[in-house]
Amino acid sequence: MADIFTADNLLFMLKGAGFSLLLALGAVAIGCVLGIIFAVFKLSKNKILNWLGNIYVEIFRGTPMLLQILFFYLGVPVIYQRITGTRMNANPYIVGLIALSFNSGAYQTELIRSGIQGVDKGQWEACETLGIDYKTMMKEIILPQAFKQIIPPLVSEFIMLIKDSSLISNIGALELLYSAQVLGKKYYDYLDPLIIAAVMYLTMTVLISWLSKKLERRLAVSD
Amino acid sequence: MIKVEHLHKSFGEFKALKDISLEIRDGEIVSLIGPSGSGKSTLLRCIHGLEQADSGTIYLDGEVMDPSNKEKYREQRKKMGFVFQHFNLFNNKTVLENCMLAQITSAGRSEQEAYDISMEYLTRVGMADKADSYPSRLSGGQKQRAAIARALCMNPEMMLFDEPTSALDPEMIKEVLDVMKDLGRQGMTMIVVTHEMGFARKVGSRVVFLEAGEIIEENESEAFFSNPASERARDFLSKVFYD
Ligand SMILES: Nc1ncnc2c1ncn2[C@@H]1O[C@H](COP(=O)(O)OP(=O)(O)O)[C@@H](O)[C@H]1O
Ligand SMILES: [Mg+2]
Repeated sequence: MADIFTADNLLFMLKGAGFSLLLALGAVAIGCVLGIIFAVFKLSKNKILNWLGNIYVEIFRGTPMLLQILFFYLGVPVIYQRITGTRMNANPYIVGLIALSFNSGAYQTELIRSGIQGVDKGQWEACETLGIDYKTMMKEIILPQAFKQIIPPLVSEFIMLIKDSSLISNIGALELLYSAQVLGKKYYDYLDPLIIAAVMYLTMTVLISWLSKKLERRLAVSD
Repeated sequence: MIKVEHLHKSFGEFKALKDISLEIRDGEIVSLIGPSGSGKSTLLRCIHGLEQADSGTIYLDGEVMDPSNKEKYREQRKKMGFVFQHFNLFNNKTVLENCMLAQITSAGRSEQEAYDISMEYLTRVGMADKADSYPSRLSGGQKQRAAIARALCMNPEMMLFDEPTSALDPEMIKEVLDVMKDLGRQGMTMIVVTHEMGFARKVGSRVVFLEAGEIIEENESEAFFSNPASERARDFLSKVFYD
């Protein structure tokens, strides 16, 4: 059993952890952009945009994440082939990132929407009376204040993504959980790799919680 | 110059403004007074376009303000500065950034120009030394003076004030009124919703008295206060002046 703890094996798992972290980071960033766009849609006076925003959120929050991942990995290539007639080889990392991003985007849409609505109406009116255009208002005034209010749930979302990125193991992306499984299979010992993986997940999530609390305190001081 | 003709505004069933007609000439300082809920804020907000009236017409310098004529309407609104009861400074920006933002993004000024103009107005309201402070670090009086400077940076022809001193501690009221008085001296046209009767009487040139969404009385300041014509204005004044 002891020979599983080699530097090579640990490095192999660390690399998996790195992928998990990168996937989560990428997804939270892309999801954030999607979240801003669809939150603005949902708050828009335009009925069609409202509808688009609602549909997006409902679909990605109302279906299992694993189904979404499989859909992007196995379903989308079929659609592609039907339309173009050529085959497409899906890269599991990219597909995983896209699926995670869209899923996270739906949750972030709701977070950002509530953050935007939480900004004092007076801030909007001040922009209006100064003739500030919508884009500048959002970018300079409303979104910065909205995000400040939703940092804690956004960090939770990021932590969820680190854990949920393990679902990508199902399509063969070598993230942390899949690395553990690979080692388990090789050594006929699943217990130790799984424990190592758990410790690595915990290290990441606990560290992020701690950092975010520090950040929050720093921001609280600035106003 | 602003002219309001037969303005009506309802919120649901409730009629907040009933057939308001009013004219304000250049250089005038008009005080809008009246009991709470009489429609003073609504009238001011309709004039600036923060609320849309149900019917009636507003003319700015003889030209109709028509929201459907977007470009022109935007330019017209820029001629009016608005000061809120609760300041509404941008919380995530310093005083200086508050003053500069719209100058750059909406008036098309360069960074340097915007900076110079901001500092000029901040100096005028006595806030130059607080240029780099965030609003949360300021007293109410300082916030309101900064907000006035921010509005002035856009070089409005006219300033609208909605109870600019109502959210202030008593000892800070004067510093804000002084700034406004100074503005009036320089010839700024102003419409001021206020409960500061001393200001309305001494600084204001004319009083418009509102009650229940209607203009009850309109007169030169001194005449209004020394000899109110309507029963309701007399009644209101007897309530605000404690003796
Ligand atoms: N957005 C709104 N929705 C519903 N009612 C409103 C709204 N704004 C103002 N009102 C009502 O209109 C009346 C006049 O309000 P307002 O103009 O704020 O009065 P004042 O400024 O004279 O105190 C009040 O009865 C108020 O409750
Ligand atoms: Mg009011």
